[in-house]
Amino acid sequence: MLTYTLRRLLIAIPTLLFISLIIFLLLDLAPGDPMAQMPLTVPPEVKQKMREALGLGEPIHIRYALWLKQFFIIEPMHILDAMFGTNLGGDAQRIISWQTRSPVADIIAQRVPQTLWVVGLAYVVGVAIALPIGIISAYKQYSWFDQIGTFISMIGFSVPTFFTGVVLIIIFAVNLQWFPSIYDTTHKVTGWDSFVFQLRQMAMPVMVLALYNASQISRFMRASMLDNLRQDYVRTARAKGLRERVVVLTHVLRNSMIPVVTVIALGVPTIFGGAIITEQVFKVNGLGQLLITAIHANDLPMVQTLTFIFAILIVLFNLVADILYGILDPRIRYD
Amino acid sequence: MTDAVTATPPSESPSNQWRDVWRQFRSHRGAMLGLIVFAAILGTVLLGPLIWSMDATFVDMRARNKGPMMGHPLGTDQLGRDMLARLMAGGKVSIAVGLTAMSLSIFLGTLIGISAGFFRRLDGILMRLTDLFLALPLLPLLLVMVMLFREPLSKRFGPETGIFILIVGAIGVTSWMQTARIVRGEVLALKEREFVLAARSIGTSPFKMILRHILPNVLSPIMVSATLGIASAIITESALSFLGLGFPPDFPTWGRLLFDAVDQIQLYPMRVILPGIAISLTVLSVNYIGDGLRDALDPRIRGR
Repeated sequence: MLTYTLRRLLIAIPTLLFISLIIFLLLDLAPGDPMAQMPLTVPPEVKQKMREALGLGEPIHIRYALWLKQFFIIEPMHILDAMFGTNLGGDAQRIISWQTRSPVADIIAQRVPQTLWVVGLAYVVGVAIALPIGIISAYKQYSWFDQIGTFISMIGFSVPTFFTGVVLIIIFAVNLQWFPSIYDTTHKVTGWDSFVFQLRQMAMPVMVLALYNASQISRFMRASMLDNLRQDYVRTARAKGLRERVVVLTHVLRNSMIPVVTVIALGVPTIFGGAIITEQVFKVNGLGQLLITAIHANDLPMVQTLTFIFAILIVLFNLVADILYGILDPRIRYD
Repeated sequence: MTDAVTATPPSESPSNQWRDVWRQFRSHRGAMLGLIVFAAILGTVLLGPLIWSMDATFVDMRARNKGPMMGHPLGTDQLGRDMLARLMAGGKVSIAVGLTAMSLSIFLGTLIGISAGFFRRLDGILMRLTDLFLALPLLPLLLVMVMLFREPLSKRFGPETGIFILIVGAIGVTSWMQTARIVRGEVLALKEREFVLAARSIGTSPFKMILRHILPNVLSPIMVSATLGIASAIITESALSFLGLGFPPDFPTWGRLLFDAVDQIQLYPMRVILPGIAISLTVLSVNYIGDGLRDALDPRIRGR
């Protein structure tokens, strides 16, 4: 298992390098110019010097290597500095956003909590809803509960999140006025009242994303339970005289959780990347919204860094899913 | 493809399979309902403009923001354009994007899947490529691609065709991976079968072999993923339009209509609901058709 993990980690490195190259080359084609906003009174030779200061005059492979160095060596050093008060990074050049002229990593660090709170909570809620629904639907296949459950999960799976979000806004914010339609990120939780307000403003985005996640996971859970319920070991367990509860919740559930756990792990990166639309609907200023504004403002360093962070998360959680699969299922041994 | 096969005389073997499939498909209630709804939507979008001949881009400043009335059964938008005409025009674009992007992604997926499964030398590199594409953050990359190539393509082909090519290409290039994996798996299993050995022993060339023996046998998984591909392409297109990175404003698609109406959601919620329902119904019906097809094409389920 350990050697397998190490081997996978080693394979992940060229994969990530290749992805970073693709992202870098793609963005290198961008027509945007950070000097476009400069006043016309700036003489051309000064402009040229500024371009060189931004590292734009160099050939492409040098810029790529520099970007890699910035991303993998200098930025982590600065993060360590911020955490422990050391001075590893010194005054090395960091990745600077063209929009705000401040380091990209600082802005991302400001945005991560919102995304984690709203989208992460939605994922947890979604999983918590999906598992029982999937289990009951499979156990009582073709019952009215199963029919309604599969229908709702089909709807949650098919209706795009921007539409469910907008419908919820119309119902709960416009007509009933229970929840605010715009997420207020400056809001601080200080007491009971502000905590209730925080819950109210989180309710709608969490509902939208939870429905979407739950519908996907419950489909997997149902299918996996159905596969296992037909197996011989279930009949054996019943024949031994085990109670139905034990048969379903211990024997069948444990086995059918194996693929579902990996699906859940594979879905984690979408928490960060896939919630772009929901963040846009409810004006949550998290990572997704940061990416959209950076794209609209042609802020290439920001777009580059965010896309690459999403890619790292995907590769990482693919690895986690594979390793979990090996740990949970003793029949699978990679070595 | 199905039409061509069912059109042959029904007495002998090949057509029977498709009749069985159709019988099984008919017994799936959701799939039949989905087929009816999808056909109805397709009919409205294609034939509707012949009956309701109002121009979707005709601006009538005196009839702005009207509710449903005689001249405008679904009301008008903030520039007095007829909603019914806009919905039908938007649907045509959305469904066209869905179908073309699906065809592109199925073509790429089948090509790569069959090459990887059939030619052992290509297998390693093509599957590495597939894994790599699966590890890319797709929605962010789609947004970046639209940002980068919008200007040059709309200059080259005009704003509408340019964006159409861009969006179809971007969706197609980022969604072939699942198909490629499924097709490769099927091809690997097929390659070991006796009829392939027989065909090889009489000297069939690899190209003929793929066309005559492999492709017809991997048709069912391809059809299922094609159906599901339409649904996801329509969703992706409307998501791009919703984020303001899709078609230009005067060129209606369902996602664009929804995006334009969100600003006035408090005053005119119907304008958001209508395109949203159109998208959702289409995707839902297509997904149900896909579910039914999967059951109907699976010989283990068929006939039970």
